[in-house]
Amino acid sequence: MRLFRRPLASVVLAAALGWAASATAEPLVADLTSHLVAITTGFTGASVVLFGATDGPGDVVVVVRGPEREMTVRRKSKILGIWANTRSVTFANVPSFYELAASRPIEEVLAPDTAALYRIGFGNLKIQPLSPARPDLVPTFTAALIRTQQRNALFATALGKVSFLGDRLFRATIAFPANVPTGTYLIEVFLIRNREVVSGQTTPLVVSKVGVDAAVFDFASRQSVIYGLVAVLTAVVAGWLASVPFRGI
Amino acid sequence: MWDLFAEGRPGRIMDIYLPIAEVSLDVFVLLGLGAVVGFLSGVFGVGGGFLLTPLLIFIGVPPAVAVASSANQLVGASVSGVLAHWRRGNVDFKMGFVLLGGGLAGSLLGVWLFSLLKRIGQIELTISILYVLLLGTLGALMMVESARALWRVRRPGGARRRLHQHYWVHGLPLKTRFRHSKLYISALLPVGLGFAVGVLSAILGIGGGFIMVPAMIYMLGMPTAVVPGTSLLQIIFVAANVTVLQAYSNRTVDAMLALLLLVGGVVGAQIGSRFGTRLRGEQLRFLLALMVLAVAAKLAYDLTIRPADLYSIAPDKE
Repeated sequence: MRLFRRPLASVVLAAALGWAASATAEPLVADLTSHLVAITTGFTGASVVLFGATDGPGDVVVVVRGPEREMTVRRKSKILGIWANTRSVTFANVPSFYELAASRPIEEVLAPDTAALYRIGFGNLKIQPLSPARPDLVPTFTAALIRTQQRNALFATALGKVSFLGDRLFRATIAFPANVPTGTYLIEVFLIRNREVVSGQTTPLVVSKVGVDAAVFDFASRQSVIYGLVAVLTAVVAGWLASVPFRGI
Repeated sequence: MWDLFAEGRPGRIMDIYLPIAEVSLDVFVLLGLGAVVGFLSGVFGVGGGFLLTPLLIFIGVPPAVAVASSANQLVGASVSGVLAHWRRGNVDFKMGFVLLGGGLAGSLLGVWLFSLLKRIGQIELTISILYVLLLGTLGALMMVESARALWRVRRPGGARRRLHQHYWVHGLPLKTRFRHSKLYISALLPVGLGFAVGVLSAILGIGGGFIMVPAMIYMLGMPTAVVPGTSLLQIIFVAANVTVLQAYSNRTVDAMLALLLLVGGVVGAQIGSRFGTRLRGEQLRFLLALMVLAVAAKLAYDLTIRPADLYSIAPDKE
């Protein structure tokens, strides 16, 4: 996080790196101001700056992908006057987080089949049902999945901005909300010229609970019975302590 | 329906990230919620879990975590309550442990049902429907009873209840003497009652005081003075059992959340019990009935209106 406080210095560093890279004919170099998003007790969200350099004019597209999870989408219907979950489809490989940034609108930058190949954009996520589901249900359930993730601020609602400083240096800010899922994220950076990807780079980013929260979470998942007992004991002691000042009243 | 206040909570003062619930909530909202529920439980002499769980869900805690953490909070609140009643000699330990036998078996079944319902995606609906049924029935009964009592006070000389009545339940086997409660009844009765409340306790995250207390008075015929202490005694153990079982099978106990609620709750309960002594019993019961019915009405309304989005997602294990 300390690095993040000096984004300007990082960009200057990146410029130097970019220069060095171009000397060895590397078309694209990019890095993050921090490779760790630490979730602490006071966590309300965080942002990370991606910066980099290209070896000449071109467009840059950035895809941020969270760890893939199984997710079940359920649909409510009215039964006897009550809205209850009825149908459900479980998807196997849903990115828990998906953001997209580009220097220009994606349609102007990329050919549709290229975007599909590199899984850029919601239409190209290739989310598959875990078990065979009724084919007529899959499209609406996939759309509902994307919509819900967008409402929870986990999927992009608008294209993020990759801004160029001159025609070689670029930067983009990636914002993570307070409910960001933990795990290893992959940040893919593509350099595009003439609607084709000419170079790409993938950088990992770890989102992790740290400190007390991480300890509590680890404890709760690894030694769940002992955690339960400790939780009970804490409550008993707290309850006893609470009654002490009121003794004899 | 549960994300009523989940988005765009303005005016936060100090956020705290809850490690199991995986949401950030305002510390003062949680302390305040604990205090309000504690105050009510102090005034009315019930655990308050039946209000705490729905309120936690309203402010954005996932239902499964709200249920399990409420059970954890209840352990502490009940310990505090039992100690106060014990000092006045108002706890029937024998009755408490017989109830507990049924309660532990019931909570075992309840946690298993909870896991099952969570897996098939019906847990939220079940929680809501059970709350509507329980709170609706109980609130209506209490309202009728307290309204009658209020009416009777104005017109003295109403009908008196018989001292002791005999029902079919007195014919059950395993008759046991409960000296402290001055009762000679079948042990199956408190075991069955404990079991039913144990199941509800696990599914709804409540101690069941609001079912247990009337059942002990009207069904078992226990003297009113020993009822709250004895009910709380068995709630400690049932809630402790639920907490450990939930932590083990569903990993939904947020100890941080429970502790914050407990701190607020203890202060609230003490203020509430002072306030409670100034009100008359039937007035108290009438107010409680109003509140219980209001919660039931809100939950029932939410079940019947068309949700903003018919689709919802549940992340499975990674």
